[in-house]
Amino acid sequence: MSDDVASDAFDQTTTGAESVADDETGWTASVRRRVEKTLPIAELLPTKQPAYVGSWVYVFGVVTIAALFWVVLSGVVLAFFGSAWWHVSSIGHFFNSIHFWSVQMFFIFMVLHLWGQFWGAGWRDGRAKTWMIGVVIFTVSIGTAFTGYVIQQNFDSQWIAINAKDAINSTGVGGLFNALNFGQMYGLHVMLFPIGVTLLVVLHIIQVRAKGVVRPIDDPMQVTP
Amino acid sequence: MKTSKVDKKTYYRGVAMVPYDLLKEVAFAMIGVLGFVLLLSAVLSSPDVPSVTLQSWSKADPVDFLTTASGELSGSTVVASYGPPYNSGSGSVQSWGPLNLQQWAGVHIPINAPDDFVLEPLTQTTAGDAALASALTTYEGASSSQQQKWLANYTTGLGTATVGADGTVNVPSGDNGPVSLLMDRMLTLARSGGLDALLLTSNHFYQTDFSRPLLFLDDGGYIADLATQQKLDGDDWGVMNETGRYPGQAWLWLYTMWYQIPPFNSDTGFLGISAANTDLAVVGVMLLLTALLLLVPFIPGLRDIPRWIPVHKLIWRRHYAEMRRQAAAEAAKAP
Repeated sequence: MSDDVASDAFDQTTTGAESVADDETGWTASVRRRVEKTLPIAELLPTKQPAYVGSWVYVFGVVTIAALFWVVLSGVVLAFFGSAWWHVSSIGHFFNSIHFWSVQMFFIFMVLHLWGQFWGAGWRDGRAKTWMIGVVIFTVSIGTAFTGYVIQQNFDSQWIAINAKDAINSTGVGGLFNALNFGQMYGLHVMLFPIGVTLLVVLHIIQVRAKGVVRPIDDPMQVTP
Repeated sequence: MKTSKVDKKTYYRGVAMVPYDLLKEVAFAMIGVLGFVLLLSAVLSSPDVPSVTLQSWSKADPVDFLTTASGELSGSTVVASYGPPYNSGSGSVQSWGPLNLQQWAGVHIPINAPDDFVLEPLTQTTAGDAALASALTTYEGASSSQQQKWLANYTTGLGTATVGADGTVNVPSGDNGPVSLLMDRMLTLARSGGLDALLLTSNHFYQTDFSRPLLFLDDGGYIADLATQQKLDGDDWGVMNETGRYPGQAWLWLYTMWYQIPPFNSDTGFLGISAANTDLAVVGVMLLLTALLLLVPFIPGLRDIPRWIPVHKLIWRRHYAEMRRQAAAEAAKAP
């Protein structure tokens, strides 16, 4: 091995741990460049925020995420012990109660967050994508909750399923999405829908952190760029 | 330069920044929400009204069960002529003008009410029951008009039937042919719990599809009566409610609201929308409203509502007050 090669191989100035150089090529380099540009650590974990964010309206976003965390965690426990467990175990029933009330909290906070963002016109200044992802999260969450209600294996799930089937059938998708099929609803509820909601929430948070919080409407201090 | 294209530093120019601890906020939110949820769970618990089975139905209301079973056999129930995705009927098919999505989608969960709900389960229990085997042979060998005549006579008899202390139903004798015996065996089968299992039967050992037992239950009046007692009828805002006094899917309030008002609940209707196609119409309206909500940022007028109705003055009241204070201070300093 020549001295030149050896010095390249052990060049301590380019370990790959620092920011990727502009002239570096390849898929990994370009993805890293994009990530570093879109969401540097200072934006992901900020230590400062605009003073106008000091309003209770902004609390609803973070408490929605907190409620979602407990929904998922209690759901994991319920899924682990099986669909019938909570009907025959007092501990299981308590975890079902945690799941039930977390879902109620999740929706209350999410709707308050949605209204807060609507009245603040949170989609302004290039934040339309953030708003739209939020609306999609809301609709997918309704689907997730619906599948949860029809897999409770109790009277409520029977009644909801046989009523909902008519609406679903009227749209022509009854053969594809059968509310009376416990297996299909269970799979959707414990796997596909939660993954969808979680990924969308992550995407929503990334958008919020990358773009920053929208300025107040008609902000007299707004500096035209 | 478009505001949407500026970097965050430029966007925040002139904005007062204050210290912020994101992780602390998240941690406090987690703990706060958990505490509240634990409190609600401990104090209020959660609803769990036991499910209805064909067995519990046939024991609690055997006449309703037999009325439904004979209706399935005669093909006169809702499901028997429902239409897609269950069969080629048209009784529950909803369309709007030329838009007939339900019919276009076709049959994907085939249900033949007489066979699937009555004849097939009974055929599977003929072992050791020569009378049942003979009754089935007689029934299946008869003409359609003869079958319907027996069933009509049986149904008339059910109207004055009495229920014995042991749960058996005594239907006045008449020209019922083999139907009386078939229905007698259906009731016995249901009361034993066997029918619950037989309606789940398919070619696979493991079963997770409850379409057939739920459709059978739906054709009867028993489950609907229980729902009425729980205030879960459509008139009571239907599926957004929960058993007991618990909150249900309250987020479906707007969806459920349409069912309560004309033209969605009227017989005459408006613009082709009426009670006859209410499900399709309500789903259509909700899809439209969801699309509007999704596209608010791009719809002039809709996106201006927050500017016209100044709720934002409340949201950012401290910010606006600070701006006014600064403006007043600037004005006072001016010569």
